[in-house]
Amino acid sequence: MWKFLIPMAAFVGLVVLFALGLNPNRDIRALPSPLIGKPAPAIALTDVMDPSRPVTNAAFQGQVYIVNVWGTWCEMCREEHDELLTIAQQKVVPIIGLVYMDKRDNAKQWLEQLGNPYAAVAFDNDGRTAIDWGVYGAPETFLVDGHGRIIYKFVSPITPEVWAHEFLPRIEAARRAGA
Amino acid sequence: MKAHGGRLRSALLLLTAVIGIAMLCAAVLTDARAAPAGLGLQSAIDANGQLVDPDLQARFEHIAGQLRCLVCQNESIADSNVELASDLRRQVREMLVAGKSDDAILDYMTDRYGEFVRFSPPLEAKTLLIWGAPFIVLLVGVGIIVGIVRRRSRMPIDDEPTPDHQ
Repeated sequence: MWKFLIPMAAFVGLVVLFALGLNPNRDIRALPSPLIGKPAPAIALTDVMDPSRPVTNAAFQGQVYIVNVWGTWCEMCREEHDELLTIAQQKVVPIIGLVYMDKRDNAKQWLEQLGNPYAAVAFDNDGRTAIDWGVYGAPETFLVDGHGRIIYKFVSPITPEVWAHEFLPRIEAARRAGA
Repeated sequence: MKAHGGRLRSALLLLTAVIGIAMLCAAVLTDARAAPAGLGLQSAIDANGQLVDPDLQARFEHIAGQLRCLVCQNESIADSNVELASDLRRQVREMLVAGKSDDAILDYMTDRYGEFVRFSPPLEAKTLLIWGAPFIVLLVGVGIIVGIVRRRSRMPIDDEPTPDHQ
């Protein structure tokens, strides 16, 4: 009996392990952020269009907002940009842009040519703000609730499906929760 | 008695081998904890990026070798050339110069990037299985070997008569 059961159990265990580990739908690069549920780190930078104008997330304190990390070097950000423009038109939440590992002029040109979906665009010249947010690539998008806590992080370009199924319900819930 | 002695000797030999493997496992584990990315550590650090204080530089290399570059996940930030890795190296250097402890720097990174940023997970309740797994497997192996040896020798329990019985 054991001679049969033990190898069988080992086999079933391996199948489960492989099914979990080799699932093609699982994005192995998407890592859970330890910042979920924590206060959003401060953004205190300058506007990408105008270096004399400060951009802070403190100015958005009290409302639900989105922080979108992007760069002109990032091809997937180009893909995402059209969706961000659509989202911005819906005027659901303000989107703060965080320009990451890029040159000011490149980012400026990008926004002038493609349109600007952002309520404000912060220019992270030395990547320090990005480190505080645990950013390891672009695009990355954070959702911050009215209490200033990060409630969701999405790595990869936002698609209409992702916006409808991941972001909108969380925004609704955050607003229902009193903020 | 003589035949049994032969079997006992082979059993002893097996046990010695098992203990040897266990010690090897332990050695590899402790080594992995001390320096998971010891190879090629210097290669990714540019010559003028060295810290002047050799002690700090040594600590820098140790810490940078323990932190995973999240862009190229199998490289440490010491080995990687991507921009994020160089930003993180700058951060580590700055914190060292500011007098932060190694643990404070590792905590700083873990707070932002999660446990995954560390190549060797800290030994705590939820990582007990990771650190314990080799020893669990070893115990199972020993159990199987002992079982096989026992069955093969088919020794009665009171094989060696005690003085009482004589």
